Amino acid sequence: MNFQIIKTKKINKVNTFAYLALIVLLSSCQKDGIQDLPKRSWELTWSDDFNGTAGSAPDNSKWNFDLGTGTNGWGNSELQTYTNQSSNIQQDGNGRLLITARSGGFTSARINTKGKFAQAYGRFEARIKTTHGPGIWPAFWMMGANIDSKPWPQCGEIDILEQKGQEPHITYSTIHGPGYAGGSSIAKMFSLENDRFDNDFHIYAVEWGTDFIDFYVDNFLFHRITPETLKGKEWVFNQPFFIILNVAIGGNYVGFPTAGTPFPQTMMVDYVKVYKQR
Amino acid sequence: MKNNKTIQTILFNLLGLIILTGIACKKRDVTGLEAPKFPKTADVFIDDFTGDLGYGAFGGSDVRAFSIETRETYNNSRQSMRFDVPDANSPLGSYAGGVFISNSGRDLSGFNALTFYIKANQAITVGEIGFGNDFGANRYVVSIKDLPVATGWKKIIIPIPDPSKLTAEKGLMYYAAAPIGNRGYTFWIDEVKFEKLGTIGLGQASINNGNNTSITTFAGVNTTITGVIATFNLPTGVNQIVNLSTAYFDFKSSNTAVASVNANGVATALSAGTSTITATISGKPATGSLTINCAGRYVNAPTPTRPQSNVISIFSDAYTNVPVNYYNGYWAPWQTTISNDFTVNGDNVLNYNVFNFVGMEFTAPTVNATSMTHFHLDAFFPGTIAPGRQLRIILVDFGADRSFGGGDDTRHSTTFTAPTLVSQSWVQLDIPFSAMPGLVSRNNIAQIILEGGDNSTLYVDNVYFWR
Repeated sequence: MNFQIIKTKKINKVNTFAYLALIVLLSSCQKDGIQDLPKRSWELTWSDDFNGTAGSAPDNSKWNFDLGTGTNGWGNSELQTYTNQSSNIQQDGNGRLLITARSGGFTSARINTKGKFAQAYGRFEARIKTTHGPGIWPAFWMMGANIDSKPWPQCGEIDILEQKGQEPHITYSTIHGPGYAGGSSIAKMFSLENDRFDNDFHIYAVEWGTDFIDFYVDNFLFHRITPETLKGKEWVFNQPFFIILNVAIGGNYVGFPTAGTPFPQTMMVDYVKVYKQR
Repeated sequence: MKNNKTIQTILFNLLGLIILTGIACKKRDVTGLEAPKFPKTADVFIDDFTGDLGYGAFGGSDVRAFSIETRETYNNSRQSMRFDVPDANSPLGSYAGGVFISNSGRDLSGFNALTFYIKANQAITVGEIGFGNDFGANRYVVSIKDLPVATGWKKIIIPIPDPSKLTAEKGLMYYAAAPIGNRGYTFWIDEVKFEKLGTIGLGQASINNGNNTSITTFAGVNTTITGVIATFNLPTGVNQIVNLSTAYFDFKSSNTAVASVNANGVATALSAGTSTITATISGKPATGSLTINCAGRYVNAPTPTRPQSNVISIFSDAYTNVPVNYYNGYWAPWQTTISNDFTVNGDNVLNYNVFNFVGMEFTAPTVNATSMTHFHLDAFFPGTIAPGRQLRIILVDFGADRSFGGGDDTRHSTTFTAPTLVSQSWVQLDIPFSAMPGLVSRNNIAQIILEGGDNSTLYVDNVYFWR
């Protein structure tokens, strides 16, 4: 990644920027490096702690269901049919949301906050224990709320967490937009050394401003994107985005499940919290 | 046995030096010394054996199957381990198998897996490979059964279900591999070591293969818990099932008046009622259970009524039995059948658990059944009769040489299925010799083999020839 010193209203950001760039460049594969992160202060604007009773559906004042198979497997040749059944999605009565992918006719669940919550800029974080197995694809991501008038990829997409179940030690962050979508999206992986993400809860977050999109795992910054990263392509990240949570099975991104894929696979979400900068 | 002579020489010389210098020193105070700790060495075989390893071949195997290889090595390392599995019926041994033992033992509690690379000269399956077999108590055995091996090197991970138990383990690795399609083959293993991997998913142990099943049994009868496995998730996201010994588990009976269970996973029914056997491993529950429905008093097989003079008895309380070598030959390595024979009110019963096949043998002397007309056996199936289930009864005559093989043995197999086979009621089976033409002569009958088991339980009583 190349960084130029840019003019910005916040003077103190410049030094931090360059210092940060150096550290991120050198240490994006391990968390031992000490990061001098920008000091931002946040106030909570929206959250869901999933404190519903065991077996209950997610709060429908906050979430909608995406149901069925979408178009062409939700655009990716995914194999699952999304349902709203408690076997695929429920709160567990212990403060967690469970999204479960099942076999025998692949089913799973996908929920979003479109029309109920969207925000431009801020910090979007979730504490999640993910899944494993070839072809299993959990995700915590966002798309532009203008998607109905500006279809994808013009609306923009920010992927905070995506994993491929056959390599449970790697997590990916990605943005999609016009000219940098699908196969040419801007992605970066973060890999655990001698550990894997599905053994425990981890915090996945994005901090997003007018000229930066920073991806974190457990408060370690591993991927920074700025308008310069797009090399002249259009920065479409200046409007509100809504949130999506799902577990997909198969498809062009992750590959297909095999006979060795253990089912069912449950992604556990402890909370989703959204902040804006003070 | 492979020794690293260089290290031995150095140690020997060092020892000599210490002895020489020690003579002139003061007498040491040896109180308060700690017991020697077992080494925590991780490496087993990298380019050669690490530490004090020896190799012992299993009985019946080709003792020369294992050798050190210098060409087919992983990642161009100096040496690897080579295993040449013989053809079936090779006079040198019918399979390859053995144990790599550390004579002093190691503290493996800081590791969570045995790992190695393996490849073969063709696509094969290694029947069993693991650790914990120490040619002795074999207390903490863990193994993978039927491991597929390809022609390219692949890393195998065998997780340790509870490393805290392996503080003094001698059995670092063992294997058994049989010919495939009666032909032998070659495989290689390299980079054998213990590791502590953070990339293995948290394991789940199970008894009864994770199933909740029940059996009906009788007071005084033992049942061994089987299907003792642990499932781990490998770094590739797929599961690996390993078999482990019962010593890793703590067993519990929910109703100790109805059934007790010992540390080896053997449950004993005590009185009428129901009890569920469960287990934990290092404090965490294992999935699966066995519910014992004790039907109270045992129901005997119908007492035979034929006169003794018309009977040659192999096993029955109603007759005098001829000398029998054994009622269970424990024919390793493929037989799973174990015996938990019981006696209820003076009635002796053969109780075969985990029954796949079993052999009874009588050669001192063999049985001359020429004057007999039939073979009889009573069988009892405590569990359900699965669809397709068979019981095959094979009589074997050793021929004039009165010993196994020699070209003069004959045998006949008779198959029984449902509806003859029923559950929970004695099945009385009679086979006339006229229906066993494969048994060309019957003046040296020496074996009765029962086959067709599906790892369930079978009681047998009243085994005899009659006219």
